[in-house]
Amino acid sequence: MNALRAQYPEEVERILAKYPAERKRSAVMPLLYLAQRAEGYIRAQDLRDIAEICEISITDVASIVGFYTLYYDQPLGRYHIQVCTDLPCALRGAEDFLRQLSEKLGIGVGETTPDGLFHLEEVKCIGACHRAPVFQVQGDGEIVFHENQTVETALAVIEALREQARAAKGEQA
Amino acid sequence: MSQHILLRHRDIPHLDRLEVYQQHGGFEAFRKAVTSLQPTEVIQVVKDSGLRGRGGAGFPTGLKWSFCPNTIWPHYVVANADESEPGTFKDREIMESNPFQFLEGLMIAAFAIQANTAYIYLRGEYWHIGKLLDQKIAELEAAGLLGEGLFGTNYSLRLYTHMGAGAYICGEETALLESLEGKLGQPRLRPPFPAVAGLYARPTVINNVETLANVPPIIQNGAAWYRDFGTDKSPGVKIFSLSGHVNRPGNYELPLGTTFRELIYNYGGGIPEGRNIKAIMSAGASSTLIMADERALDTPMDYESLVGLGASLGSASVIVLDETVNMAWLAQKTTHFFKHESCGKCTPCREGTYWMTHILDRIVAGKAAEADVELLQAVAGQMQGKCLCALGEFSILPVLSSIQKFRSDYLEKVATPSLEVQS
Ligand SMILES: Cc1cc2nc3c(=O)[nH]c(=O)nc-3n(C[C@H](O)[C@H](O)[C@H](O)COP(=O)(O)O)c2cc1C
Ligand code: SF4
Ligand code: FES
Repeated sequence: MNALRAQYPEEVERILAKYPAERKRSAVMPLLYLAQRAEGYIRAQDLRDIAEICEISITDVASIVGFYTLYYDQPLGRYHIQVCTDLPCALRGAEDFLRQLSEKLGIGVGETTPDGLFHLEEVKCIGACHRAPVFQVQGDGEIVFHENQTVETALAVIEALREQARAAKGEQA
Repeated sequence: MSQHILLRHRDIPHLDRLEVYQQHGGFEAFRKAVTSLQPTEVIQVVKDSGLRGRGGAGFPTGLKWSFCPNTIWPHYVVANADESEPGTFKDREIMESNPFQFLEGLMIAAFAIQANTAYIYLRGEYWHIGKLLDQKIAELEAAGLLGEGLFGTNYSLRLYTHMGAGAYICGEETALLESLEGKLGQPRLRPPFPAVAGLYARPTVINNVETLANVPPIIQNGAAWYRDFGTDKSPGVKIFSLSGHVNRPGNYELPLGTTFRELIYNYGGGIPEGRNIKAIMSAGASSTLIMADERALDTPMDYESLVGLGASLGSASVIVLDETVNMAWLAQKTTHFFKHESCGKCTPCREGTYWMTHILDRIVAGKAAEADVELLQAVAGQMQGKCLCALGEFSILPVLSSIQKFRSDYLEKVATPSLEVQS
């Protein structure tokens, strides 16, 4: 049984309907996002499921995961805090912003907070250069922009996410 | 400009709502095209308008549409919403705030080449825009503006969004097509060109979001009206994304041919804290540095005049650099970008960007000698003309132009060795 199809029957059909029936391979990227939604990364089982749906090899799917930066093949943290330090942002203080945020969070770039919630990343331009400093949060199947930030507002965003995760956990228990 | 043509949401509140967009003439151009014009007539109007691609290359849009052979079917249109050039954030504003004008332009393009399916390829980071466009497309289907047998004709059209996943190279049109086909986003060898063998090896037109947003007003008001804006050879308006050292960064829709001085000082409010301007990049990171002297500041921003400065308009992403910027640092920054984004398909780009970052890291860290600047120049020179796609060629522009025009910035770095080297 295809676990991805079983978990998201309607979404899988909706995705496949976008492309010609004989071009199922085109669905690989949206299916990867779908598979990543729950756990935040792509598991070996997902590769198999997607390969089956798209009628391509597992290696083909794995190579796509490796090529694109927004797919992860291991759990790095529930929320990826992606701070832009590309040229236009760097001209407006983004490197300092990242350094301070990193200190306040107590983790370096590429590291995860001990609670497993936040992974701090430095990224290239995200199309918000006029509102630097900026970062995006990738997690829970979404990517959300946060613009015109200060270290204080960024920490508030992170605290709100922590609260949200705690509440969700409480609901589950 | 008092009245916008593309950023009309700045003049009309709630233009992102279908009923408001329609109250202001929305979808009249599409209706007119489908019900009373031949596809060739639509293409002719766009040709006559002189509209050129706003995604970077500046290729005449109507001409591009006329290349699709009528012997191979189906045809496809793909909107390039990958917008990943550092310093570019214009397509985003169009899609967020005036989405129907972009969608209508895409729909007219589809009718012009008789495509029944069009895709919108968005960079993954524009997740919220993908969701928004999906909603807008559903509204258009509900309103009978998309779907089967439009306006009682036998023309049918469906639109679909497709999210990228973080790869600048997917903005290059053939890499984009590979990615849309579910493959690695690596450029194809050309020919064949997409107009003949594009998506699924079918005739395909690929246009930038801003290019497409120009189309409805052109169809509605005519080519002559559009030519009233801009210059003879570069007609129309352009959105300039202004960033870096300016007081008011942002998007500015202005006629092509507006000078750098007007953009930076009148619209952008000048340089913060009264500092002096040093250089300008006109095409995001993919720029030859322009030394910001009086002549450059008075240069009209259009396709031809920028070539006169040895630069190019590209996507018109104007990054302003003031006197505090060391251009070796800048080259290090852009080179790291290109190294990160190199798709690895061809050796000169993959290896060249790697070596350039290596040398630049040493130079900026104060651990290099003057000979390393020559080495850097040599590496860049060896890449020139040998890369499979423009990314590799773009990567050397800031490097070579910074060495050529701001050599003293490099000498400053190599002449002040860090403590590590001294000890
Ligand atoms: C490395 C590279 C990145 C590109 N990125 C984009 C992009 O993000 N958006 C875009 O519209 N065009 C981009 N282009 C240009 C496209 O290849 C293509 O020329 C354009 O989408 C055509 O549309 P237009 O004629 O409407 O400009 C890029 C080109 C290269 C070489
Ligand atoms: S020039 Fe660079 S990005 Fe372009 S095909 Fe070669 S390796 Fe890939
Ligand atoms: S450089 Fe940071 S968003 Fe563009």
